[in-house]
Amino acid sequence: MSVAPVTLTEDELRRLKAPARRERLVRLASYFSPLLLLLLWELSSQLNLIDRRFFPAPSAIAETAWRMVLSFELFDHIGATLRRVGVGYAMGAVPGIVMGLILGLSQPTRRVLGPIFSALYPVPKIAILPLILLIFGVGDASKFVVIAIGVFFLMLYNTMSGVMQTPQIYMDVAKNAGASRFQTFRRIAFPAALPSIFTGLKLAAGSSYIIIAAAEFLGARSGVGFFIWASWQTFAVSRMFVGIVVISAMGYLTILALEALERRFVPWAKH
Amino acid sequence: MTTAMLERVRLASGEAAQPAIEVSHLTKAFYDAEGDRVTVAVSDVSFSVKRGEFVCIVGPSGCGKTTVLRILADLEQKLSGTVTLHSKTPPAMVFQEASVLPWLTVSENIAFPLSLKGASRAEQERRVRELLTLTGLTDFAKARPHQLSGGMKQRVSVARALVDDREILLMDEPFGALDEQTRLVLQQELLRIWETTGKTVVFITHSVDEALTLADRVLVMSPRPGTLVADLDVPFERPRDVVEMRRDKRFWDLTYEVWRLLASPGRA
Repeated sequence: MSVAPVTLTEDELRRLKAPARRERLVRLASYFSPLLLLLLWELSSQLNLIDRRFFPAPSAIAETAWRMVLSFELFDHIGATLRRVGVGYAMGAVPGIVMGLILGLSQPTRRVLGPIFSALYPVPKIAILPLILLIFGVGDASKFVVIAIGVFFLMLYNTMSGVMQTPQIYMDVAKNAGASRFQTFRRIAFPAALPSIFTGLKLAAGSSYIIIAAAEFLGARSGVGFFIWASWQTFAVSRMFVGIVVISAMGYLTILALEALERRFVPWAKH
Repeated sequence: MTTAMLERVRLASGEAAQPAIEVSHLTKAFYDAEGDRVTVAVSDVSFSVKRGEFVCIVGPSGCGKTTVLRILADLEQKLSGTVTLHSKTPPAMVFQEASVLPWLTVSENIAFPLSLKGASRAEQERRVRELLTLTGLTDFAKARPHQLSGGMKQRVSVARALVDDREILLMDEPFGALDEQTRLVLQQELLRIWETTGKTVVFITHSVDEALTLADRVLVMSPRPGTLVADLDVPFERPRDVVEMRRDKRFWDLTYEVWRLLASPGRA
């Protein structure tokens, strides 16, 4: 503890430090609040306050999870889901970012093509899944496509707004320094849009897992979504909950990884 | 450095007759289609700047002085009149606000114009090192703009404008957002840099004090529509000391003169 050179009274010091002490308490409580919910659930289930067939106690779910880890049975499903999300995400993100940069920089292109994207964007991706299954079959290709479509629009709009919010002065700097159109695109518009691009990437990651879960419910023989649906069909509720926890954790970890990338590649933005 | 020396030679042999910048009857207007309103920003402005001369354009905000500079830099289109730059290179611009690119380090920002031209890495490093020294930024070479003070950022902007050694330097209120002490330090350094590089400079400011401190000649603009109301010679000898020159009575006489013009532009 460092002591100020000018002495303060005990009471002054206590009042000075009170907000920091309160802050520490609140932060401590924030770590434990989710545990409190689990505890409440555990007790309600144990005491039969809620229907144990549909809401098995967390301890029972944890036990099921542990058995499944030991038998390796969930890992193939996780692998299948990760592959579909990974490939579909990349297929949607790259064209989405490029298209967003073009539309953001070029007002004529934006005015001509913009309405097409605005009309297509609100179509629920799950609603067109039957069509996609018809065209691309029940294999992985249809999953790639439905995720790519969802990701594409989020990346397009986030990148475009990032470019459009670029301060005009950066464009002037580029022009005065003698930048070509492509150099302005790569050296100014892209880095200026990077913070928005990362916002888009995180949103897109979240919605990828929503889409894949639904897609695997409907037309797949593997994947965590399929596992959740199959467990429900066989009334293996504990297993279903394990699936839900696993897919949530996958989404959470993906977003953590993207945040780490963001800190690495966008060191100038405030986090 | 060599071009600056050549410039001196040419100046000495009396070849400086041809001005670096000639502007005649320049007019610029903006049209607001929604309100069907025409705003004349600059009206019938004519002036010329000699090679190696330091000219300040002073006027109240909104008088169109920035517009004049942006037209010289080809960032804005004129409505009528002629603008001629007798220069082998396009003019370099130092902007008003923080124009330092936040995703690049100080060194990368300074090297930006060179890297666009595809200059070799060795060439870039050599020039950046020279300019870091010239602008006193050597210790901040690897820093990012958000770690710098406002004054440091404007040093980076100045270094970037000098890096590819263009003949004409356009400065748009570069020290406008800085506190007075920092401003004084940077003015002194700008004068030192200008004296070693011999560039032609057009410097925009709303500060009469700043214009008299820096310029060989001060052009005074009236409020909108911006027109030139006076063209004054600033007689102080070079090199100048930005603090000492304030003891000179002529400094305050000129200050009074410019203020009088600004207060009632009709008298000129």
